[in-house]
Amino acid sequence: MRGFLVLRVVAKLLMPFMLVFALYVQFHGDYSPGGGFQAGVIIAATMIFYALIFGLPVARQLVPEALVETMVALGVLIYAGVGVAGLLLGGNYLDYFVLAHSPVHGQERGIFWVEVGVAVTVSGVMLKIFYMFAGRQRSAEDE
Amino acid sequence: MNVAGHFSYWVTILLMVAGLYIVIARGNLLKKLIGLSIFQTSVYLLYIAPGKLIGGTAPIVSPAFKVYSNPLPHVLILTAIVVGVATLALGLALVVRIREAYGSIEEDEILAADRDGGDQE
Amino acid sequence: MIVIVLLSLMAVLTFGIALQRNLYAVVVLSGAYSFLMATALVALDAVDVAMTEASVGAGISTVLLLGALYLCGGEEAKPLTRPWLPLAIALVIAGALVYGTLGLPAFSDPTAPIHTHVVPRYLHDALRETGVPNVVTAVLASYRGYDTLGETTVVFTAGAGVIALLRRLRRRKDGEHKA
Repeated sequence: MRGFLVLRVVAKLLMPFMLVFALYVQFHGDYSPGGGFQAGVIIAATMIFYALIFGLPVARQLVPEALVETMVALGVLIYAGVGVAGLLLGGNYLDYFVLAHSPVHGQERGIFWVEVGVAVTVSGVMLKIFYMFAGRQRSAEDE
Repeated sequence: MNVAGHFSYWVTILLMVAGLYIVIARGNLLKKLIGLSIFQTSVYLLYIAPGKLIGGTAPIVSPAFKVYSNPLPHVLILTAIVVGVATLALGLALVVRIREAYGSIEEDEILAADRDGGDQE
Repeated sequence: MIVIVLLSLMAVLTFGIALQRNLYAVVVLSGAYSFLMATALVALDAVDVAMTEASVGAGISTVLLLGALYLCGGEEAKPLTRPWLPLAIALVIAGALVYGTLGLPAFSDPTAPIHTHVVPRYLHDALRETGVPNVVTAVLASYRGYDTLGETTVVFTAGAGVIALLRRLRRRKDGEHKA
């Protein structure tokens, strides 16, 4: 794919827009269709697109394996952490009412952090699975 | 019994049964996984079609609209879609490992290899 | 109506997937099927679900299937016997299910039980209690937050499972590789 000039130039132009769109879907998910899952998948799709055009080793340099594996676990930790924060601030587990000075603000803050956790895990897992499938060599006894 | 009223259910059943047929009638492991994913998508349709109200709109509250389609199936199916792709990824990883261990992804060849070569393992 | 056209196209595609033996063609057809499903979901007012189905079903699933296909080989073997028994089983199950759906409420019936109990409360109070106009996000993240925690854990487990299955340990003991 590296020899095709049009593909490389268009990919480099499109990628920032794809990432901004993913962030838009994430943060505007309260007012329009969207949310954590869709944003996480779009981020992973952007990185997969990059890996398809420029090659897997270059993509691995841009987003290293250690970072992706950390993201996989970090999202679940953020989500569970919001629950524990609810516990520490005096309410039940995953209680959003106590997270801020008023219940409605607490709900908004809780929903925000929960969706961030979901997006981080989903994008990490999808990208990691792609790395594992694409990075595996065909076994020697194949044609 | 009203054809227009039940058409969505019948198409759902058709897709479900087609997915089930692919799973039980075809021996190729990859095709079975695709059949399983068709089965899962038909279940999404089964949940979401009854929630739709003609004349309603998407469940995003706004002062301009009075009637909304039912948001509860949407939530359940969002979870189901993500779990479905997780299952597909794990299934595909297993198929890749089976291919490397047996050299084939056809069900009869794998069973034959197990039956014949099982004693010498 | 558009939903009828889309659903009929999806049924036709499913027959194509069942009968086609070249697996690359099957993967492309399943990607097209996911796109049609996403369009049908938009016509049914399920916009969040449509976005997720389009990105996950038509995007990620197709990429993963192509990756697995590259590692596994692209042709399905011809079946040795005609599959009459599975076809008969499938038709019997279809008949039983059709009989079962005769008692279900018709399409877009406002008095169906699905629109009672908890849903009017969600639609009425979600904006006031959570400050979020998108009722699906409010229910997903706040009213049913535990389910979403479970789902995130399932995604994490799938990632961990794929890592465990496909990892290559580069250990050289007596000249042997552990795959």
